[in-house]
Amino acid sequence: MEFKLKIWRQKNARSQGAFVEYFISGVSKEMSFLEMLDYLNKTLIESGDNPVAFEHDCREGICGSCSLYINGRPHGPDDLIATCELRMTKFKSGDTIIVEPWRAKSFPVLRDLIVDRYAFDKIMQAGGFISVNSGAAPEANSIPVSREVADEAFDAAICIGCGACVAACKNSSAMLFVAAKVSQLALLPQGKPEAEKRARAMVAKMDELGFGSCSNTGACEAECPKGISLAHIARLNREFLLAVFKT
Amino acid sequence: MGKLQSKIPDGPLEDKWNNHKNSVRLVSPANKNNLDIIVVGTGLSGASAASTLGELGYNVKSFCFQDSPRRAHSVAAQGGINAAKNYKNDGDSVFRLFKDIIKGGDYRAREAYVYRAAQVSNQSIDQLVAAGVPFAREYSGYLDNRSFGGVQVSRTFYASGQTGQQCLLGAYSGLTRQIARGRVKMYARREMLELVVVEGKARGIITRNLVTGEMERHSAHAVVLATGGYGTIYYLSTLAVGSNASAAWAAHRKGAFFANPSFVQIHPTSIPQLNDFQAKLTLMSESLRNDGRIWVPKKKGDKRHPVNIKEEERDYYLERRYPAFGNLVPRDVASRAAKERCDAGYGVGDTGLSVYLDFSHAIEKHGKEAIKSKYENLFEMYEKITGNSPYKEPMRIYPAGHYTMGGLWVDYNLMTTIPGLFAIGESNFSDHGANRLGAGSLMQCAGDGYFILPVTIGDYLADEIKTARISKDIPEFEQAEKAAKEKLQSLMAINGKQTVNSFHRRLGRIMWDMCGMVRNEKGLKKALKMISDLKEEFLKDVRIPGAINEINQELERAVRVADFFDLGQLMVHDALSREESCGAHFREESQTAEGEAKRIDSRYSYVALWEYQGEGNKHSLHKEELVFENVEVQERSYK
Repeated sequence: MEFKLKIWRQKNARSQGAFVEYFISGVSKEMSFLEMLDYLNKTLIESGDNPVAFEHDCREGICGSCSLYINGRPHGPDDLIATCELRMTKFKSGDTIIVEPWRAKSFPVLRDLIVDRYAFDKIMQAGGFISVNSGAAPEANSIPVSREVADEAFDAAICIGCGACVAACKNSSAMLFVAAKVSQLALLPQGKPEAEKRARAMVAKMDELGFGSCSNTGACEAECPKGISLAHIARLNREFLLAVFKT
Repeated sequence: MGKLQSKIPDGPLEDKWNNHKNSVRLVSPANKNNLDIIVVGTGLSGASAASTLGELGYNVKSFCFQDSPRRAHSVAAQGGINAAKNYKNDGDSVFRLFKDIIKGGDYRAREAYVYRAAQVSNQSIDQLVAAGVPFAREYSGYLDNRSFGGVQVSRTFYASGQTGQQCLLGAYSGLTRQIARGRVKMYARREMLELVVVEGKARGIITRNLVTGEMERHSAHAVVLATGGYGTIYYLSTLAVGSNASAAWAAHRKGAFFANPSFVQIHPTSIPQLNDFQAKLTLMSESLRNDGRIWVPKKKGDKRHPVNIKEEERDYYLERRYPAFGNLVPRDVASRAAKERCDAGYGVGDTGLSVYLDFSHAIEKHGKEAIKSKYENLFEMYEKITGNSPYKEPMRIYPAGHYTMGGLWVDYNLMTTIPGLFAIGESNFSDHGANRLGAGSLMQCAGDGYFILPVTIGDYLADEIKTARISKDIPEFEQAEKAAKEKLQSLMAINGKQTVNSFHRRLGRIMWDMCGMVRNEKGLKKALKMISDLKEEFLKDVRIPGAINEINQELERAVRVADFFDLGQLMVHDALSREESCGAHFREESQTAEGEAKRIDSRYSYVALWEYQGEGNKHSLHKEELVFENVEVQERSYK
């Protein structure tokens, strides 16, 4: 297979970026998208160019490192996958493929396709935890949790923190990311005591860091590699309103 | 040998840890605030250690090479985490968990360590549940357990096929809390390049800021390495591609002994390699072997589609060879058996390097829905990658490098042979002997980080309360920084023609072929020569574009691969010196008439510790004898 690639190149956070075109042939259909980029980089390095910088680590869709905006979609033209799970069978030989980094004010580009997602860690630090010290935990089975609730909490907890929800949103809102954590912990009895405080603190931090407000379009849910449901945003809104009314 | 005091406490096995906790020295809260601790790595062990030490009042600095601590490779553990809760009332106990780990490790781990790991396992589950980890539940609301990996009880806690992710995020959330409280300062996107040793004690590290390329000095009263394993030495492995040995290797070069480096677990069920540019192998959880049956055709080179091969024409070789455990034999046994069949010409797929894992019988017996409810995400993952549906035809699988039992040697306090340098989680060698049982790695990481290290490190720091904050403007820091800089500059200066990955791929192939699932003297000796030739070629012809003072992923890779050449040599030396088979280490010269691993306890019942003797010099070997007082040392049979 062969492709025309238009890839965003940017030397560092201070410099201007631009699209650069590359032609690549000899791509096999068994390759993953990132292996295709590895292949491109090999040819770039061997011909004396700088390889395209992009983030990746586990390459099986669980670490959340990879973060490419491909042909106008976060994680590219397939559903329920991270970029590293995207296969070249999703493209036709001769296609033009446009590859960009996440575009969001709160995720500045560091180089080429790498963005800084430290803002997500900052939101987590604002309250995305249960305040239990090591050694202070009660016997695990002393806190029964119904299977339905545990499953629902799990469905929120599988967020990989990639940022696709922000990249997909026209307002660059982090609502789905925040909602997933707030919802997971609010559902579980262990997390209830801090639920309102947590919702308030995380939402405030999200606003402070420049993420936009929820667009209510559902673009985040559609592009989430883990299929995290908008219902969690509804739960976040409930927790948040409860918190606001009490203050 | 004075350095090799394992400091195992006296007393009966079950009292050792409690006795030790009662006798280690404590550091008062006021003094903790004056003590700095560096923790490198933010996986389950590093994140739980950093947050717990922060809670205790120490000043903690936490480091990871990823953009966020949440991405460390514990995130990818699938199957589960073991504990001896005995919730199933099936006869489990701390002692039985201990015994299973010792046996699974083929009697090459120390009793006291393993017993302690089993003891604290229950507390780890309590802690993770309290932190909000949504483990699987029964309809009653109580925690569910499943059977996993070559044992006869159900003691594995799990969260679908994403247990590692959930445990890690639980520990990460605790870490973020301590960052918010100011007890932990987080340094992401930093790679440790050197350990700083002052007057014989670990006092700091040199890191490269992976965004600016700057060298940074960080000082502390103690340094903890939680830097994981080195399975990426095979290039293709189930590990995250960034996982590396460089921090552990830097410590080793400064005097930390490396234990059993050749003990590497090859996981039996990974999706086989599909193309020449493949960057990693994707694991299919071992839990699939609870319902899947492994087979190859009875006829050599049978190229028929698997569904057209009749029952009587199939060789269910694990069931045939190991009737008692069948498809559930431990990982090392299952991996070798697959290799044996493929080498003999019975392998399937284009390359002949894979075997079938078949769910048709389970689907027939339990129905498609039941199988789907257990394995849906794995089946989907498999279909996405290969284009074939495991509901309709068997999966094709092959073994892949997975976990390193070897690592930095530590004493009972988890301290290496360098005073003040600790190693936890997969980066140490302590608990798994020559083979790790499934769901044992999260167990060890949580135990080390939450409950063991935070106690034992106090015993060391009690002597440091009068030591002022360590200055970074001393010759030791200067020299270490200079060494790190020179290393990077010399790599950049090579300016050759070949990419780092091309070398890594070739090194991986050498290691896989000659120091992988099966080893022999001839191959190992050949590997030594090939690795040293390849390293020479690397140092002449590798090409690293760009500059040091910017994001430079090729430079990051080059540093890691440069260290892998040396570690690879050491692994081969270790494999050569151990002329027995044990656990994952299979020497062809040492096998029974039926082709099973033959341990030689009279000569090799020891931990092999390797001491660095300077660039280009041979390592020296020390031996720590293993003593078994509480379990009967038996032949490890799964027949």
